[in-house]
Amino acid sequence: MIGVGKMKQYTNVLDKPLTKGKQEVSLSAFAFLFSELVQYNQTQVDNIGELERRLEDAGYAVGARVLELLCHRDKGNRRETRLLGILSFVHSTVWKVLFGKVADSLEKGTEHEDEYMISEKELLVNRFISIPKDMGTFNCGAFVAGIVRGVLDGAGFPAVVTAHFVPVDGQQRPRTTILIKFAEEVLHREARLG
Amino acid sequence: MAPVAPRSGDAIFANIERVNAELFTLTYGAIVRQLLTDLEEVEEVNKQLEQMGYNIGIRLIDEFLAKSNVSRCVDFRETADVIAKVGFKMFLGVTASVSNWDAEGTCCSIILEDNPLVDFVELPDTCQGLYYCNILSGVIRGALEMVSMKTEVTWIRDVLRGDDVFELQVKLLKQVPEEYPYKDDE
Repeated sequence: MIGVGKMKQYTNVLDKPLTKGKQEVSLSAFAFLFSELVQYNQTQVDNIGELERRLEDAGYAVGARVLELLCHRDKGNRRETRLLGILSFVHSTVWKVLFGKVADSLEKGTEHEDEYMISEKELLVNRFISIPKDMGTFNCGAFVAGIVRGVLDGAGFPAVVTAHFVPVDGQQRPRTTILIKFAEEVLHREARLG
Repeated sequence: MAPVAPRSGDAIFANIERVNAELFTLTYGAIVRQLLTDLEEVEEVNKQLEQMGYNIGIRLIDEFLAKSNVSRCVDFRETADVIAKVGFKMFLGVTASVSNWDAEGTCCSIILEDNPLVDFVELPDTCQGLYYCNILSGVIRGALEMVSMKTEVTWIRDVLRGDDVFELQVKLLKQVPEEYPYKDDE
């Protein structure tokens, strides 16, 4: 065989230089991959709650890694410690890196002190997905909810994160809202920090 | 209408919608992790990844043919070239090269230097038998089966196992002639 010029071999993956994050793949490659993820999980569960939980767990793993990667690469090893800081980190930086744009809106819940909502007109992961009627309120955005939960948990803000469809007048497809409910300790800490 | 000339992989990639490769990489990692937790046996995971790739491949070929305007490939050589230059570029944004043709022209190697699936990945000692990118072999097998070629796709070299590039061996087993789906006399 003709001798191929060897690329510099890194024995340890941690020694490899970090990519700049500018590489792209086609949307359809991601959509195919995501659809296989959902289809595989459908074979492993009996009900919708389980399916959502599994998608969320998959997203959690992504979120934890995205936090580390972005803090190291884009934020110079600094991590947000305040509630509004981490929320705007998720809403702008994380969304921009993963989905190419900042999230549509970030709102504070009116009924409860510990609830915040990130809304998106059409989640990237849901773009090519249609939910059959018998699956009721199932939302593949559970994957994105998992990503958000992974980021928040890794940053020290434990929360329960869920994805919901919110029908909008005049629009055929409903808007998706990621509902973030922070744990008690986060609010206590935030109050203490003033 | 005059037939449109086939577009190069770069041109198509520039025109389609793209997402960040890191989202893709991390999602694929989550899938492999889920499979390893559920199935535990590395061989089972390899098979499942190949099956998932197959499911993707049979749908991917439609999009590939629609977007790339390639004409019917004359022989297997051209097929392999098109997969490496146009297919990989169009979906993964990387170009592969073809080499190691055998005497009959039915077996070749596709070489990938850059692979977005394996950024940040290291195989632990417990998973040494895992073909991490096995989904790619399923995709190629599925896509070619939909255009009447039965193939066998195996990994020859794998960066995660210590080699310097990814090398996939694609072997044409047989050309299945297209069958008319309806019987004439029914």
